[in-house]
Amino acid sequence: MDVILQAFGLVANPNVIITIIAASIFGLFVGAVPGLTATTATALLVPLTFFMDPVPAVGAIVACSAMAIFAGDIPAALLRIPGTPASAAYVDDTYKLTQMGKAELALGACVLFSALGGLFGTIVLIFAAPSLAEFAVKFSSPEYFWIALLGLTCAVFMGASNPAKGLLSLFIGLVIASVGLNNPAGVPRLTFGSTEMLAGIDFIPVMIGIFAISEVFRTVLSGGRSWEEAPAAVGNIFRDWGSMLKRYWRQLLRGNVTGTVVGILPGAGSDVAAYVSYAISRWFSKTPEKYGTGHIEGVAEAGSANNAALSSAWVPALVFGIPGDTMTAIVIGVLYIKGLNPGPTLFIFNPQTIYAVFLIFILANLIMIPLGWALIKLSKNILRVSKKVLMPLILIFCIVGAFASNNAVYGVTIMLVFGVVGYLMEENGIPIAPCVLGIVIGPLLEKNLITTLIKSQGNLMDFINRPISFGIFVLFCLIWVTIIISWIRAARRPDDEVASVNAAD
Amino acid sequence: MKFAKGIIAALLLSATAMPAWADYPERPITLLVAWGAGGGTDAVARVIAVGLEKELGQSVNVVNRTGGSGVVGHAAMADAAPDGYTLGLATTEVNLMHWLGLTELDYNVYTPLALMNQDPAGVQVSADSEYTNVNELLEAIKASKPGTFRATGSGQGSSWHVAIAGLLNASGIDASTVTWVPSDGAASGLQELLSGGTEIVPTSLVEARALIEAGRVKSLAYMSKERSTLFPDVPTLKEETGSDWEFGAWRGIVAPKGLPDDIRDKLIAALEKVYNSDDYNKFLSAQGFGASFLPGEEFGKFLATNDVNFGETMKAIGLAK
Repeated sequence: MDVILQAFGLVANPNVIITIIAASIFGLFVGAVPGLTATTATALLVPLTFFMDPVPAVGAIVACSAMAIFAGDIPAALLRIPGTPASAAYVDDTYKLTQMGKAELALGACVLFSALGGLFGTIVLIFAAPSLAEFAVKFSSPEYFWIALLGLTCAVFMGASNPAKGLLSLFIGLVIASVGLNNPAGVPRLTFGSTEMLAGIDFIPVMIGIFAISEVFRTVLSGGRSWEEAPAAVGNIFRDWGSMLKRYWRQLLRGNVTGTVVGILPGAGSDVAAYVSYAISRWFSKTPEKYGTGHIEGVAEAGSANNAALSSAWVPALVFGIPGDTMTAIVIGVLYIKGLNPGPTLFIFNPQTIYAVFLIFILANLIMIPLGWALIKLSKNILRVSKKVLMPLILIFCIVGAFASNNAVYGVTIMLVFGVVGYLMEENGIPIAPCVLGIVIGPLLEKNLITTLIKSQGNLMDFINRPISFGIFVLFCLIWVTIIISWIRAARRPDDEVASVNAAD
Repeated sequence: MKFAKGIIAALLLSATAMPAWADYPERPITLLVAWGAGGGTDAVARVIAVGLEKELGQSVNVVNRTGGSGVVGHAAMADAAPDGYTLGLATTEVNLMHWLGLTELDYNVYTPLALMNQDPAGVQVSADSEYTNVNELLEAIKASKPGTFRATGSGQGSSWHVAIAGLLNASGIDASTVTWVPSDGAASGLQELLSGGTEIVPTSLVEARALIEAGRVKSLAYMSKERSTLFPDVPTLKEETGSDWEFGAWRGIVAPKGLPDDIRDKLIAALEKVYNSDDYNKFLSAQGFGASFLPGEEFGKFLATNDVNFGETMKAIGLAK
């Protein structure tokens, strides 16, 4: 108890509070600019932390990263430009809600479930960090291989209305992911002798192109018509909180757990968490056909999952100095500079500091609500702008974001190419989500497949002869058996019966 | 038309105005890094940038050009104009990439300015491993069937792969006896070691620091002339086996080839001051990074010898193309 009081003392200091609020505002703005990710925001903050005391230094990073991940949802909902890969999982739902004139519902859900997810991940971090870290480090390449396959299975649910087109989209994503040098053998693939392409096709410009630029093309080609339900505006974002919580508490809980588990594993981050929980949500939903059409259910689950993953990624970082994502990699560096060396001893020698950091986690997720509200108030003015004016502005933002991803024109080229690709895909009814999933999970799958094969010298038994990998393998088989059974049933059932069942829902 | 002419005239004017070096630097400087924001190299670059700002009185912006195992960023450092306004923090990979056949580019495309840091490799095994010193481990590897021992910690043909291969080669063991498992970096390599997926992680001691301090990983030898200040209990390879093999990942500031001498000298002097500053040293010791400084031409000589050594090892183990 003394330790917790001391921790309170460390946090309840005007310097600390001001630092956290300043870092939060900074994180919100950087995260809301498309192309600038939460990682960029954190990296920009690092030189400043050199001049701070340990608690405000780490606190600034905590606050900044949590805000930036949430802020990525705002351009996603208003302009269909996901600020981070993690928001891309449910961008179609939030953007369609905005088009229907329900932006306050979408953004309100983003704030609420981001904050709750972050709080849940923090609670897990506080109470179970050391023992969970022990569990997480037992994961080796075969386990990650099965997790990646489970992740790819999500594509089945994303392209559910037309499995063939979903599969096509997934393969487009996998091909994009295979470009470049970042494969286990270190062999350049599909680079056509270009130095730039050795780096592969960067995810951020692809995302900006495939979502935002394709939307710009569509608007231009349709003569810049106005928002579908004018006057579009953002109402009170808090209005629907009560009913959302009442309706979606199961989704919230499930998203929290999924996000926390995926986040703790050093090999998978908040983007994977968002996709996996979106698919799980759809799998259990009574109305899976509504997903991707402006339905809040998946946003609730995936939105809480990515913030939960962000907090729980600190578990292996604090206990073993193993970063769960790029953000915690930065954090580990700052911890060393501040003399808070990661390791089990951190919890023994410096408990008051580490508890102070946990308190800041809670604080950051709480001030996310008023600050997020203020930012939404500001940014909702975007919807008042006519599309004829807005589209060129979006284009400028997209170009800046794509350039900033690797400080090169190459990013802008990728963005434009994938703008065309995204436009053509959507015009032909090919869903985009499986493609993005392929880009996120493809490298994870390949890396762990090859690594396992190298380690076992080609012995396939090594994929299932460890207890955890066998467990995930069984789960994987069960899911596929269920999927196939449901397909067979659907095929046997006469069409009119399907229609009547849907009508009954 | 008039407008276009005006622009052309302005461009020509600014081009002719460029060679007036006297007041270098008169605008902000870009420091390129071939690795991502938040990594070790990025952190070093940002500290050096802060120091250079103080010395030169101009802002120094760190720009990350990542990807292609470092090829993209290192190519950008070479392709920039040699005017002193684009510098780069080059890393070990300069002397590895061209041997792997990934690029034509080698250290000759740069004007070496200063070596700023060097982190020698260690031989890390799991704390519950039965081997208590590096000789026992090497004996066991010698007697083993190829593939029994697996090592990881970086990509195929990258720095730590060469570190362990060179160690085996110098100990008279066929380097292919130990299977190299490519990984994204030291962190995922150490994760593999903990989960029992591999036996050896030949990364720098700094990268394994948290796990060594947590008592989960032990380091058997240090591939350097002198013991590490971070872990003085870890013996050097020479003490243990008598082998002369040394390997360290290094970081140094370079400029494109053809940098005018006066700018070069000014930068070398500034970098030396940065290296000797309290801020830089505090940063290195807090992070556990190894201090090592070589100015201008000495850095150039270091690059040349380092390159030849890597080439020999990589040819011996069949990685060089």
